[in-house]
Amino acid sequence: MSRLERIWPLLPGLAALLVTTLLLLAMGTSPIDAYGAMWQGAFGTSARVYSVLAFLVPLLLAASGLLLTFKAGLWNIGIEGQIIMGAIAASWVALRVELPAGLQIPMELAAAMAGGALWAALAGLLKTRGGVHEIFGGLALNNLAILFTNYLIAGPWQPPEGGSFRGTQPFGAHALLPLFENSRLSLLSLVLAVLAFAGVALLLTNSHWGLRLKALGQNARSAFLLGVSSDRELLLAMALCGALAGLGGGVRVLSWFDSLRQSISGGIGYLALMVVLLAGFRLALTPLVAFFFSAVLNGSITLQLRTQLHSALGDILTGVLVLLVLLFGNYARVRRAFRRNRSSENG
Amino acid sequence: MLAAAHAAASTDFFLVYLANIIMQVQLNTIHKQFGSLVANDEISVLFEPGRIYGLLGENGAGKSTLMKILSGYQRPDRGEILLGGAPQHFASPRQALAAGVGMLYQEPLDVPVFTVLENYLLGRAAGGESPRQAARALEALAQRYGFDIDPHEHTSELSMGERQQLELLRLLAGGAQVLILDEPTTGISAEQKDILFASMRTLAREEGKTLILVSHKLDEVQELCDYAFVLRKGRLVGGLPLPCPNQQLVSLMFDELAPRPARRQLGQHAPALSLQSVQVHTGRLELEPVSLQLQAGQVLGLAGLEGSGQELLLRACAGLLPLSGGSLLLGGESQPDWNYPLARQHGVAYLAAGRLEEGLVAGLTLTEHMALVSHTHGLLVDWPQNRKLAEQHISTYQVVGQPESYIENLSGGNQQRFLFAMLPQNLKLILMEHPTRGLDIRSTDWIWEQLDQRRAQGTAILFVSADLDEIAARSDQIAVFSGGRLLRSLPAAETSADELGHLIGGAL
Repeated sequence: MSRLERIWPLLPGLAALLVTTLLLLAMGTSPIDAYGAMWQGAFGTSARVYSVLAFLVPLLLAASGLLLTFKAGLWNIGIEGQIIMGAIAASWVALRVELPAGLQIPMELAAAMAGGALWAALAGLLKTRGGVHEIFGGLALNNLAILFTNYLIAGPWQPPEGGSFRGTQPFGAHALLPLFENSRLSLLSLVLAVLAFAGVALLLTNSHWGLRLKALGQNARSAFLLGVSSDRELLLAMALCGALAGLGGGVRVLSWFDSLRQSISGGIGYLALMVVLLAGFRLALTPLVAFFFSAVLNGSITLQLRTQLHSALGDILTGVLVLLVLLFGNYARVRRAFRRNRSSENG
Repeated sequence: MLAAAHAAASTDFFLVYLANIIMQVQLNTIHKQFGSLVANDEISVLFEPGRIYGLLGENGAGKSTLMKILSGYQRPDRGEILLGGAPQHFASPRQALAAGVGMLYQEPLDVPVFTVLENYLLGRAAGGESPRQAARALEALAQRYGFDIDPHEHTSELSMGERQQLELLRLLAGGAQVLILDEPTTGISAEQKDILFASMRTLAREEGKTLILVSHKLDEVQELCDYAFVLRKGRLVGGLPLPCPNQQLVSLMFDELAPRPARRQLGQHAPALSLQSVQVHTGRLELEPVSLQLQAGQVLGLAGLEGSGQELLLRACAGLLPLSGGSLLLGGESQPDWNYPLARQHGVAYLAAGRLEEGLVAGLTLTEHMALVSHTHGLLVDWPQNRKLAEQHISTYQVVGQPESYIENLSGGNQQRFLFAMLPQNLKLILMEHPTRGLDIRSTDWIWEQLDQRRAQGTAILFVSADLDEIAARSDQIAVFSGGRLLRSLPAAETSADELGHLIGGAL
């Protein structure tokens, strides 16, 4: 790897910053003020740092799961639905099951993982048994999960004071994750997310199973002929990804919110897909990119309060970044295109 | 009339003259390295128009790499390509073709769902030609070289030889003055080979084109070519005008060649595989009931034109296609629910013809392949152990490559050696499609030596090959297929490659 190749992934980030800066200047705003406000919004006080970390937890969990499915060559678009089903399963335990103190939360988290895993396995079964591509199966299951949430909120789980489309009644204090210093951050969930990422990293680099996933992702036919049981491994990869996403959903209802809400995931699944794509499926980059997204999106919320700018600036920055990375992120491809241009000019 | 012919002849002469100036191909100190593997080591050669060159060398000698560089498919690390003295920098095969260099790959680059005509037009600038005009032009071009192809047929229905003819016409229509043919005679019939060679002579002698035949078949090179360049281990080791004694070429190609040991009869009286009225149906072909017996240690060769049903039978035996009738017995035991994972469990191995499509995983290193097939049940991979295993196999099976090499960077022969290295011990049955297709003499002999060792342990072998010499020389028993039917089954001792050719051709 040349030095240029090594630092290449950073360049689209700088370019995105440049484009956004030009945009700010065109609107007559001082970029320094805007970025300063964003920085303040993300890291200005310790409470804001906790908020960034709290947002990061489900994002990192989902992204870790996606590293597995991408390695196996699967496009698990259904991750959004898997987060939602995890949230629903955790909510069910929180609302309906009363357990001793030491068991309540583990049970909720286990249910969240089971819910996500089940929803993912369904998409996996649709693929392996029904021949439905995981992208289409996943999209359908995402919509079903959203509809199911709305039904629960408006129907069987509506608060006693009457149905609204906003959410269920808040869970009892015993059912919620303990929060860190009045923030929305649960330290337990942060530890779990870090462990999940480390576990995925270990599986992918050093386990027989990770190697089988890699072989399947590269050439499923050869992998099958070499004795890899493709259906089983694909289902397992989906289920494990779903379990991590579901855990993320559980964390959303048990700490970020305190109840099941209408848009409980809020697109974290799709965001996680972007994170992994931007990281170029690379293990080490994934948590960094996830953290960056979390900081930008949280930082831009306070942006509107400080400057006259809309909080969409964060979305613009990330959107431009995604575009630039997809266009120029692949060093080898860029170099090829550049050379082709140069040689056709010469020739 | 006479004047017209004369004018035509002088135009031809003029064209030849023009081609001479324009299309001299010079490769200067071409260097190409894949990781630590030097594929081309400072190679310099000159190809003159109007001649047919042979490019010889054993597997992994660097022939294919050099030609991929010349045809724009790969870029050299160093060195230059000169066409008629002008330096070229091809960024793609398309640019190379625009400059007049076209390459016919071992696997033609056509799109199976398209018709012949659509493939022919593919990649060409949309001209004012109507489809009907284009079809007529294609037919005229085909006729000129004695090819017989129907523009409206689907490419998936064509034989390998016909696909090759189509690709050749596409390159010629694209303006190719230099044609590179990479092992063009593997997988095509003898008749198609004759047509191909005749067209190559026409192209060189009458049209002044430069032809380069990449091959390891000495007889073919001797028959067709004017001059041969020989590569060994990435270096150019010599050039000889042809014909010349085979021994001269062989001594250039190889360091030393061990004599082929006499074939041993190893059949034991224990049933390995028994097929009783086996039927296989696919959308394309129905295989009529076949009954065959194979004893432990025996070799059964399946002969026939490509697509005659022998490949279906082989895949059915591997459990990759379901039987639609009859029964399959392995070691005397009936196997009603035969499938591939079950076959593996029972000690049946299957090696497909397309090594990188069905067998090896591009993007994985040799060490990763070892770890993938190792039967340890632990969760974590013992990388040092697997690396050591890969190193052992590399030296035992004489693979040119490193444990860290990606499998796709190995040459075809070395990929095949590595596939053999990954086969489990104590197999009951080995099923192979074209086990030595594209391999040189030494690799071929080596592969069959390995198989002989397996036979001595009682492994039975069932293989499909388009090479009738191979079938006649290596089998105990031969089954001849034609049009989805088992034509005859006969002991190898009672037949010859010639007779097999007649049988296949339906001359019986």
